[in-house]
Amino acid sequence: MISLHGLTKEYPGGVRAVDALDLEIADGEFFALLGPSGCGKTTLLRTIAGLETATAGRVTIGGTEVTGLPPGRRDVAMVFQDYALFPHMDVTTNIAYPLRIRKVPRAEREAKAAETASRLSLSELLARRPGQLSGGQQQRVALARAIACHPRAFLFDEPLSNLDARMRLEARTFLKRLQRELAVTTVFVTHDQGEALAMADRIAVMSAGRIMQVGTPAEVFQRPANTFVASFIGSTPMNLLPGVVRDGALHVAGAVLPRPDGVADGEEVVYGLRPEYMDLAEGEHADGFAGKVSVVENLGTAYLVTLDCGEHLVQAVVPEDAEPAPGAAACAVPRHRRALVYRDGELVTP
Amino acid sequence: MSTDAAGLGRGRAVGFMVPALVLIGVFLVFPALWTIYLGLTDFRLTGLAAADPKFVGAENYTAALGDERFHTSLWLTVQFVLGSAVIGQAGLGFAIAWALRDRSGPVRRVVEGLVLLAWILPSSVVAFLWIALLDGDQGTLNALLRTDGFAWLLDHPMASIVLFNTWRGTAFSMMLYGAALESVPPSHLETARLAGASAFQQLRDVVFPRIRGHMLTNLLLISLWTFNDFTAFQLTAGGPEGRSEILPVYIYNVALNGGKLGFGAAVSFLVLLINLVLALVYLRLLRGRRGVAA
Amino acid sequence: MTVGHETRPAAPPAPAGTGRVRHSLGAIGRATFLAMVAGFFALPLLWLATAPFDAHPTITASVPEFTLRNFRSLLDNPYALGSLANSVIQSAGSAVLVVGLAALAAYALSRVRVPGRDALLYCLLLLSSVVTGTAAMVPIFELATRLNLIDTHLGVILTLTGGLLPAAIFILKDFMDATPTSYEESARVFGAGPLQILWHIVVPVVRPGLATIGVWAVASVWGSFLTPFILLRDPEKSPGAVILYTLYTEGGSPKLDLISTFSLLYSLPVVLMYVFVSRKYGFRFHGGIKR
Repeated sequence: MISLHGLTKEYPGGVRAVDALDLEIADGEFFALLGPSGCGKTTLLRTIAGLETATAGRVTIGGTEVTGLPPGRRDVAMVFQDYALFPHMDVTTNIAYPLRIRKVPRAEREAKAAETASRLSLSELLARRPGQLSGGQQQRVALARAIACHPRAFLFDEPLSNLDARMRLEARTFLKRLQRELAVTTVFVTHDQGEALAMADRIAVMSAGRIMQVGTPAEVFQRPANTFVASFIGSTPMNLLPGVVRDGALHVAGAVLPRPDGVADGEEVVYGLRPEYMDLAEGEHADGFAGKVSVVENLGTAYLVTLDCGEHLVQAVVPEDAEPAPGAAACAVPRHRRALVYRDGELVTP
Repeated sequence: MSTDAAGLGRGRAVGFMVPALVLIGVFLVFPALWTIYLGLTDFRLTGLAAADPKFVGAENYTAALGDERFHTSLWLTVQFVLGSAVIGQAGLGFAIAWALRDRSGPVRRVVEGLVLLAWILPSSVVAFLWIALLDGDQGTLNALLRTDGFAWLLDHPMASIVLFNTWRGTAFSMMLYGAALESVPPSHLETARLAGASAFQQLRDVVFPRIRGHMLTNLLLISLWTFNDFTAFQLTAGGPEGRSEILPVYIYNVALNGGKLGFGAAVSFLVLLINLVLALVYLRLLRGRRGVAA
Repeated sequence: MTVGHETRPAAPPAPAGTGRVRHSLGAIGRATFLAMVAGFFALPLLWLATAPFDAHPTITASVPEFTLRNFRSLLDNPYALGSLANSVIQSAGSAVLVVGLAALAAYALSRVRVPGRDALLYCLLLLSSVVTGTAAMVPIFELATRLNLIDTHLGVILTLTGGLLPAAIFILKDFMDATPTSYEESARVFGAGPLQILWHIVVPVVRPGLATIGVWAVASVWGSFLTPFILLRDPEKSPGAVILYTLYTEGGSPKLDLISTFSLLYSLPVVLMYVFVSRKYGFRFHGGIKR
């Protein structure tokens, strides 16, 4: 278990990369730190590893406070974005390196390295140098090196970002299965919301050194706690439209919708709905967003349609073979059950 | 890039530097300070002032600054540095690195090997090689050009040592620029080529801005080295009639041949000051680059 | 960074013919230039290749009347071979010290912010280029006398090392700056201490840099004349550079047969060392010096 209490990392010059964070990561959990670049997620990971010294707050790993301990004494293993495989060592030596530091006899650590390597199907590559390996192989060697020393926690910094798109999908599945098998607490940093949703048990969405929301992938996807998370999560960005409550109805972008619970007359809100939860109808519709089709993007099995509704753009996802022609008049009809309403940027919970 | 990646800590970092600093302090800084002190005395190699040097204050400095021979020598040194370091070594070094940039195989190996050989060979051997090349009676160059009896070292002493020092030192610039050129992303050059830039325009717009830092550091190092290079002494000994008496040779002739050690030390300190100015100019230019980059 | 990068309108396309002519002219120009460079650098070396094997060497490089007699007469000189051994001792000693101490210092300077480190480096660099000159020889002689280092290899080694260290630190620091810190951080997370990191990771990764500095140090010491000339009295301890200047007749004219032969013998070790090192590690400023 990893717990953070009031963790703060301030750089000289006053920039707070991590700002008074509290976080509990459960035993065996696969936990994602998600956010745009510069949000402090990597600094947070490095502070857990001990590569950065916390300015304030405490880090506890497995019940032991490690805030003041050097990285080597925290019993964690880290996989770096560039894998940091030592270029002058072959695969065996790289995997065995943590054991060498722990003064494990050579024969024993090489046996251990070979065993770990075979588990990650690296047995053929034991004598190669990192320079002779593909990106995916390098990643697996880095993982093997982390696994071989049986740490209390794994820390992965953007583990998939150096792979090409297809490899990334394979590695995603592989990594998730591996983590499940090992059942070791794992924290990984990513800027890719798809990656976080696909792999993590829980996700912390970060912005400007703070955590915006912590939850399961389903929670952060279906009920983003604020407009930041709402706009960040999802492969197609959520429609976020300003609206006002008047006469018991919600007026948004020319449409008049039923008043959601929890908001009163006269309040200004932001209406949020994922394009996937919009249905496209032809012509006018009573409670829909009417506009002109301006862009149609092919998503493979579906189309993302952008409607120009005068002041605002509204997006809807339509199934294949049902795509409208650009320029046609159409109407996006929301599924009310999925609609979210934000007041001052925060989700209004009914 | 100054993150303490290995967790060295300031204490251990100082510990790592101490051995080098002690050696530098004892065998470099201390003699340097001593030289500065000697410059303020009338210390001589032989005679009375050798046993008991007297403090003479700035006398050596005023004498040096008023000495016609010092002025000539300084001017010759400027020519030597500009000719052999800036134009010769840096210019030729860059040209070779540029011409070899996308070559491999025997041509590259031969050219690089020859240039490096000139740099690797011991300086006393190199001096003999050039004497053999340029000798008036039997020199190889005269044999080649059929200009028998033409005494290059006597008639063109400065040109000879400039050419000699270019030959000797180009390797450093060539290697440094070779490495620098590798740091220029090929896509930048290709973008310029697609836009129709000539080779000269590519150099001016893409390459030079990118490697300006390398160029200035290289110029700083080789200018300093050339300014204080003594090897030319072995070719001309400063002659004939002081026509190739660059400052290091001048100091040698005055201090060790002429025995006026105090005076020689004072001139050395003046050279140090000139070098300091030179270094500051380069650093200012370098900082200008950083200012733009930041 | 330049996402909305606009392609500049292409220059009016040159007729294919002129383009090709310009290209081949460029290739010819480049080949000519490289040939001239090779000629310029090879010309002075000719003498070293021919004279040692010539029965009657003159200073003209010419096709030799082949003989190995010069090598035999060189062996008769009591100091010739010994001086090469002295050169080996002095340059190897200095190179080990220079590489070892400069690597430690450069690593510390590269990884930890020391106040005023750049100013310090530049000052030392300045001093080193001036102090190795002639004027400082008297203080250096006096210093060596006081420290009982006159007529010892150690005296020569320490003095030359002091002069070479600043530039070595300067160049090595750039190699260190160019290595990614994630290697060290990775080792650190696995519990390696700073010395282990230095020895296991940093030294192997910057080995080409260390080799470059090593070759440079050996070559500098191998060729240096003034310091050993002043600090050593015993010809039994003098290195090749000093002995080369003793190969004159009583009348003061150079004994060309001995000088050329000795020059060749004396040059070979450094050249071989360079070839060996550059084969093994590569000899280059791979990151470049870009401070």
